[in-house]
Amino acid sequence: MTAAVRRRGGAGIGRTRVPLRATYLAILVLLYFPIGLLFVFSFSENTLLTFPMEGFTLDWYREVFEDDALLESARNSLIVGVLAATGATLLGFGVSVAVVRFRFRGRTGLVALAGLPLVVPFIVLGVSLFLLFIFVDVPRSLVTVAIGHTVVAIPFATLILLARMGGLDQNLEDAAMDLGATYRTTLRRVVVPLMGPSLLSAWLTCFIVSFDEVAIAIFLAGGDPTFPIFLYGQLRFAQRLPVLIAMAVLLMIGTVTLCLIAFRLGRRRV
Amino acid sequence: MLGRRGALRYLAVPPYAWLGLFFVLPLVLVIAISLRPETGPIDFDDPWQLSLMQYQIVLETPAYLRLLGISILMAATVAATATLLAFPVAYFLTFRARERATFYLVLLLIPFATSYLLRVMAWRLMLGQEGAINSFLQFVGLTSEPLDLLLYSRAAVVLTLIYVWIPFAALPIYAAMQRIDRGHLEAAADLGAGPWSRFMRVTVPLALPGALAAFFMVFIPTVGEYVTPSLVGGTEGIMYGNLIQDFFTSAANWALGSAFSVFMLVVTLVLVVVALRLVDVRRVAT
Repeated sequence: MTAAVRRRGGAGIGRTRVPLRATYLAILVLLYFPIGLLFVFSFSENTLLTFPMEGFTLDWYREVFEDDALLESARNSLIVGVLAATGATLLGFGVSVAVVRFRFRGRTGLVALAGLPLVVPFIVLGVSLFLLFIFVDVPRSLVTVAIGHTVVAIPFATLILLARMGGLDQNLEDAAMDLGATYRTTLRRVVVPLMGPSLLSAWLTCFIVSFDEVAIAIFLAGGDPTFPIFLYGQLRFAQRLPVLIAMAVLLMIGTVTLCLIAFRLGRRRV
Repeated sequence: MLGRRGALRYLAVPPYAWLGLFFVLPLVLVIAISLRPETGPIDFDDPWQLSLMQYQIVLETPAYLRLLGISILMAATVAATATLLAFPVAYFLTFRARERATFYLVLLLIPFATSYLLRVMAWRLMLGQEGAINSFLQFVGLTSEPLDLLLYSRAAVVLTLIYVWIPFAALPIYAAMQRIDRGHLEAAADLGAGPWSRFMRVTVPLALPGALAAFFMVFIPTVGEYVTPSLVGGTEGIMYGNLIQDFFTSAANWALGSAFSVFMLVVTLVLVVVALRLVDVRRVAT
């Protein structure tokens, strides 16, 4: 930005007319207040969220680790998340390399198809997969949940990987092949390492999408609930709430950490 | 280069196959099932009969049509409000935060990475009869009786969903604003445009694609919402998605539920296409 623009009031609205920082901070407060409230509540002895707060306790956090059903649902979510993130990242990688490096029939169709799950409401995806698995007589399980989550995660993986692949210098691949590498080896030894941070960022993004997803999972889970399904089922019991919130807070710390890592990796430009 | 072309077999074929099998095929199946006349769970060994009976119910029951209209209005309100609130956030991050932009962006992303159900729960705890807002109002003496208008209403659903979507809506707008060439703003300033006219005639038009993406990325999932309404909406605040969910769980009427799903999907996509047309026309006009 040149001095001329800055003198005339920055790039957009004059600094004096719209207090942008204050607006931003107000929205942040709005975003954090409810979460903060839950966090505080998870240390309260009372099972109702009332003012003034009474008593400080770590009991809810202790109870988390004594609740087998709760821990198992978290483990189930972990399994589903790993499967879905791995599947979606591999498939998204295929899409991005094929689309950026090759000219073939169905190329634009592939990009469109990989983005389309974003424009279908989750309930429609959930219902349609529910009917498919009944139609082909596949019992519903954590695997079917993972399949559903792969479908909704593919657009995210593809968007992240397509952006990175587009910026990759093709000469590096040509050089590897001129030196005698097969294309498969070139992908493994040149493209994948160069895409490394983006691949990890895509994987983590897909994992978070899956780990938090409930609308589709409800239709596709068999007897083993994922954590969001378990949470959803237990929410009507008020006295269970503090334990659930304690668990959710613990998991939140985990997903926020993953999100920050994904974000850092996504921003890095090699 | 023969080896290179062969790579398409393992690069392009698996995603095509996967999405064909688990995305396109299920949607085709839902359409097919919506054309069956059964009124309960379906035994797929029964012969396939074709009937438009389910669509007749979908289209001829005013209460169902009305609920879809309400759901679309709710989703449009949520998407528009979340986009409007996200706009200054993205603007601040792009043009004012300077070297601390990353820090502020991370602050915005943390609530987004927090469990969606947890955030919805937070609102239920705040809005309820014995919730934080009521007990706070009574604690400071503003009210003596708990207000019960807060929870279990359409307003509670809309409020909660706006809250949930703000950080997500900011991302595409931020991405669009980052691509704005500062040279355009300088040129506008050199040609005598004031701050307001630079904002309205350079920044806003260039950020519009991002704002539109934000709007639709919130609108589409919100039209089909059923989890949030069932948690904070009560019987007052149900949406079209709750209807669909009912027909696959307690009511178990799969063919009718499929017809509802297809109808909602078609209406949503038509609205999106029409809206995009309208916006394009306006951009050509200016």
